[in-house]
Amino acid sequence: MIKAIINYFKEIFTACRTLITGMKVTGYYFFHPKEIITQQYPENRATLQMFDRFRGEVVLLHDENNEHKCTGCSACEIACPNGSIEIISKKEIDPETSKPKKAIDKFVYHLSMCTFCNLCILACPTDAIKMSKSFEHSVYDRSKLTKVLNKPGSKIMAGIKE
Amino acid sequence: MEDLLNKAETQEYFINMGPQHPSTHGVLRLMLTLDGEIIKKVEPHLGYIHRSIEKMSEKDSYYQMVHLTDRMDYLSCHINNEAVCLAIEKGLQLEIPDRVKYIRTIISELTRLSSHQLWWGVMGMDLGAITTFLYGFRDREMITDIFEETCGARLTMNYNVPGGLMFDIHPNFQKRTKDFIKHFKKKLPEYDELLSGNIIFTERTKDIGYLSKEDAISYGVTGPSGRGSGFACDVRKRIPYSAYDKVEFKEIIYTEGDSFARYKVRMDEMKESLYIIEQLIDNIPEGDFKAKTKAVIKLPDGEYYQRVETARGELGVYIISDNKKNPYRVKYRSPGFSNLSALDTMARGGKIADLVAMMSTLDLVIPDIDR
Amino acid sequence: MNFNIYDFTEFIISIDNWLKQLLSPGLAKITGMALIGVTFLLFVTLLGLSIVYIERKVCAFFQQRLGPMRVGFWGTAQTIADIIKLIFKEPLATKNSDKFLFNLAAFIVLISPFMVIAVVPFAKGLHALDFDIGLFYVTAVSSLGVTGILLAGWSSNNKYSLIGAMRSGAQIISYELSIGLSLLAIVILTGSLQLSVIVESQRDGWWIFKGNIPAIVAFIIFIIASTAESNRGPFDLAEAESELTAGFHTEYSGIKFAFFFLAEYVNLFIIAAIGATVFFGGWMPLHIGNFTFFNEAMDIIPPIIWFFAKVAALIFLLMWFKWTFPRLRIDQLLQLEWKYLLPLSILNLVLMTIVSLTGWHL
Repeated sequence: MIKAIINYFKEIFTACRTLITGMKVTGYYFFHPKEIITQQYPENRATLQMFDRFRGEVVLLHDENNEHKCTGCSACEIACPNGSIEIISKKEIDPETSKPKKAIDKFVYHLSMCTFCNLCILACPTDAIKMSKSFEHSVYDRSKLTKVLNKPGSKIMAGIKE
Repeated sequence: MEDLLNKAETQEYFINMGPQHPSTHGVLRLMLTLDGEIIKKVEPHLGYIHRSIEKMSEKDSYYQMVHLTDRMDYLSCHINNEAVCLAIEKGLQLEIPDRVKYIRTIISELTRLSSHQLWWGVMGMDLGAITTFLYGFRDREMITDIFEETCGARLTMNYNVPGGLMFDIHPNFQKRTKDFIKHFKKKLPEYDELLSGNIIFTERTKDIGYLSKEDAISYGVTGPSGRGSGFACDVRKRIPYSAYDKVEFKEIIYTEGDSFARYKVRMDEMKESLYIIEQLIDNIPEGDFKAKTKAVIKLPDGEYYQRVETARGELGVYIISDNKKNPYRVKYRSPGFSNLSALDTMARGGKIADLVAMMSTLDLVIPDIDR
Repeated sequence: MNFNIYDFTEFIISIDNWLKQLLSPGLAKITGMALIGVTFLLFVTLLGLSIVYIERKVCAFFQQRLGPMRVGFWGTAQTIADIIKLIFKEPLATKNSDKFLFNLAAFIVLISPFMVIAVVPFAKGLHALDFDIGLFYVTAVSSLGVTGILLAGWSSNNKYSLIGAMRSGAQIISYELSIGLSLLAIVILTGSLQLSVIVESQRDGWWIFKGNIPAIVAFIIFIIASTAESNRGPFDLAEAESELTAGFHTEYSGIKFAFFFLAEYVNLFIIAAIGATVFFGGWMPLHIGNFTFFNEAMDIIPPIIWFFAKVAALIFLLMWFKWTFPRLRIDQLLQLEWKYLLPLSILNLVLMTIVSLTGWHL
């Protein structure tokens, strides 16, 4: 009988002790506001830097002369698992050899369908495309997610061959 | 009094838990038959997030089908990728560089850790302690940073390609991982202080949701949930793949079979994962990060099966090939589906609150169940 | 009009006299009542807004977050923005719900906190009512709130709501006993149920210090039981977000939902206020026996600040509980009451009687 009563109170004290250990943990963080880990996102936009390999969206790299490296081989289009990339090519006359040559007319990229698997980047033989670090993709109109990646008037760099 | 109770008419009633419910963690629908608060029957209804990943894989090339597995069990995506790649590599009889094996193992264990951290946070939240959720995510954040730096994405990483890895590890990878291990070893005791020892938590989980070893085997409950019932089913130990035969670790087994045992298995597994990473992180051998593969992979005629241990249990990848550039048939044996099937046996006789705790300890990821 | 921050008695009397001079006696009485009503309405609204803000900040700091930061300086206007949003939201009612009771329930939950707040002594002479059965009135009226919860759960035509309401009913009826018994322990010492007398009796020290071990036990029981009675975590089974989605107020939206929300936070204040009054001396500054110098130094701080500081400390304690512990299960909840709290509080009452008779208390 007495043993039962002692056990009863023991139970209560051990229970209280376990509760207080829990409260110590949360209490520690309450009184140490320096440990706060959240970031204030739109405010820290200027300093927020993504990692180099971050997959934001596919971009076609242009240099200062508005030239890119894309030959229009459509390897990326084939590599893409869900048809996010469409290459519309045209025939152009090569000024050196004066023979007709394949070139891109439009490099269409559907951001809305992209799964950011990085297979197109791996497939590109000329390293013309890469993943950018931008991540703020939201727009008010869905049609804005379909992008033409080659800039108007751009042309292929000299010396890039398939 | 007895008379009165007999005269009183009681009625069983149904309640729909889900598809929109805070603790089904996705779009799982459970039809509960209740008597007051006591559960008489649980009927899971599936298919709300079925995306036919298996069928879609049939039209994809072997390179392309890997990224779909990210979307199955998104908390152990790297392990899913690895499973598919291992199956394809088996078919091609490729010799994989040791470096790849080591890196795959490290990232697998990091994935397991991050999955268990999230599970711990969510488990606390399901039982009403919302603070644990944020503590779990706090530590998980460091792992996702490691992934982001090396693999390029935080959740759906798609870091594996058949034959190896997409790129080599980032120069910071080892340092960051070691930092994380140091940080997490300090924080892990907090997990115990907040939940494992807490009297309310132990009362809520001990002797709740009992699953016997026999039932666990017959339902195919694997992973930490199965090992909580004493079913030694760790694929890493039984059929080692990647670098698991080169490291030493314990297979955590508890025999109680209740919710608390399943909880303890995961808590101990986190320590084991840390131990595995510690053994490997300084010994990554030099070499290529990818074996040479053709631009178009064609698997020889035949059937290929590869099993791996994800954070939830045994994932099986079954590929039938007819020597074309895409598989003839793909089937994934997902751990979540089998684990869910045992829910009815566990939950009968329990209360609604117990059901929530049980679902947490089964650690269900609904896209993994529906695929 | 002579305003004295240390003693509101004359201030209240002067307002009363001023009203009597201006108006006929009957009209003066009605105007006085209306004045008190409006004051409390404003006070409760402000209280609700500020406690919600404090809760969000406190919870955020426990969770290593910053909490609301956008609206106003450090998010101070966040709750006002929320209220504006709730006012403009459509108040929906489910099909086949009992519309009359459904609408009524939202008001009933607010009635009981309003009735209790009337007897709370905020400072010397600053209270609406001062019965000789004050404490009895508090325990009686505070349990009325469950009617609103039961009605809300029943009339919603939603099984989750019904389960939540039934849980809440069982819970509040059980924990009522412990609250009453733990408060009774102090009543034994004071010999009065009147709240102003209880506060006066703590002139030479608060009961939690004077009352020996039984007073501390009584306080612990009170704080646990009253958390349970106000449906707050870890006893928030009636809402149980992860089990019953939102329990009894699942189907409420817009301003009617805000009423439930407000009632919860005003209840929180009331628990802390009653606890502070009975165990921590209410508005009475910290006094130590006949240590006159210290007592006079403490008297410099106005009583109203003492009162709100004590209430804030108790509210913080309750929030600390909520943001640390997991939720109990319904049978464990009842077990805790009937197996542990009730026997302990009865035992404590006996102990307190012995202490009181032998004069072991100070």
